[in-house]
Amino acid sequence: MSNLMDFSYFPGCSLATTAAESNLSMMKSSRILGFNLIELKDWNCCGSSSAGTLCKNLALAMATRNLSLAPPGRPLVAMCPRCLHYLRSAQNCLRNDAETRSKLEEQFNRPLNPDLEIVHFMEVLVRYGLDRLHDKARRSLKGLRFVPYYGCTLARPPRLAREKYFQGEMENILVALGAEPVTTALSNRCCGSFLSATDPQMVTPLVNKIIESAVAARADCLVTACAMCQLNLEIRGTTSNRLPVFHFSEVLALALGAEDYEAWFVRHIVDPRPLVEKLAKAA
Amino acid sequence: MVPPQGALAPAIKPDIDIARLDRSLADEVMVRSGTNLKACYQCRACGNGCPFVQAMDYTPNQVLRLLQFGLREQALTCQTIWVCVGCHTCSSQCPMGIDLAAVMDTLRLLAVEEGVAIGRPNILDFHEEVLRSLEKYGRAHKLGIMLRHKLATKSWFQDLDVGLKMLAKRKLDLWPSKVQDIKEINDLFTCYWRKAL
Repeated sequence: MSNLMDFSYFPGCSLATTAAESNLSMMKSSRILGFNLIELKDWNCCGSSSAGTLCKNLALAMATRNLSLAPPGRPLVAMCPRCLHYLRSAQNCLRNDAETRSKLEEQFNRPLNPDLEIVHFMEVLVRYGLDRLHDKARRSLKGLRFVPYYGCTLARPPRLAREKYFQGEMENILVALGAEPVTTALSNRCCGSFLSATDPQMVTPLVNKIIESAVAARADCLVTACAMCQLNLEIRGTTSNRLPVFHFSEVLALALGAEDYEAWFVRHIVDPRPLVEKLAKAA
Repeated sequence: MVPPQGALAPAIKPDIDIARLDRSLADEVMVRSGTNLKACYQCRACGNGCPFVQAMDYTPNQVLRLLQFGLREQALTCQTIWVCVGCHTCSSQCPMGIDLAAVMDTLRLLAVEEGVAIGRPNILDFHEEVLRSLEKYGRAHKLGIMLRHKLATKSWFQDLDVGLKMLAKRKLDLWPSKVQDIKEINDLFTCYWRKAL
């Protein structure tokens, strides 16, 4: 039997480049917890909204190529909610359409397993056990008031309504590590997605509203489940009172005692280091 | 929230000619999107919740109305379908369980397939730049996408400060991350619109 801590891992374009700090901190956390994340060999972009907008067949084929690279016997883990969504949508489609499945199997010359389990990294943590996670905490998050910012994709798309529901997992995990959730801010308001690239003037007011709601709720920071949300909240915010915006994996790795956070935080536009120092002093 | 004036009163009111209505449009979109848009009774929950409604020419419920009325051209050429990013706020708020985001998805595909005038050409251009990058590298190279997009839409200076900040923070990689078996990727790009890219 294969090791229960072994996982196939799909980074996706954001975590491989713009959000490398999310990838680094997630790998760090995984090493501390003993998860063996094995990157899919020669993975490609999940297709993202652009393939979905211009050609459904292309979107399905791009996501499916990744599924065809996943070896049997271990779940496939993704961190980016959009990647997760497109991989799962493809999986749904392949499960219900045997004809398309065998056509794509032929094209890639690799088998497709319709029962391959595709999970978010948070789900891996919840399965590991919140008690065990609590025991692994090495740095206090006591007093850290965070807004769990899920964005729009992790829990909402109705096409996957019968799938695993992730709402609340971020709070459960970070509360187990000692942080304090602020649930009265705009946790699920869309960050503007790709409009940030095409129509930034449209996105800035949305992002400001999200950040202002967090300030009004007296939060210290926002913690995002999605790398694109993190980027949009950082680059499009223009409010005078800026809050640090963490990737979920960064806060996790901090709590687990990671010391190499300097490399992640220099990549932030709003420097989170003063907040981290304040926490250290309070502890 | 009061929708902006522009959203409630589009500059060009649809000119309804009963003889020219496309009666099969609603059914066509229903089949392709897999959602029952005929159940809409115009409660406007979707339009009131949409974070982007200010930038739309029709609210989402008005788009459904265009479909119900068979106003094909108006539905396929409107800006709303391009402004929608698929955040599914509307879909989750609809009391009739209509997946409006899936409708918008379908309308964008129809607009591209039929080659109609695109409501927001800059957004289509962005998607095309992303696909160019995907075809070339198998992964999205953000710097390349943004440079080409800014060039195509002649908006070099719009985001210069943000771009420089991202470069300084090393958030924009100069070189793309690539798939090795690029032939396998290229073979996927067989769509009919490929030549237009």
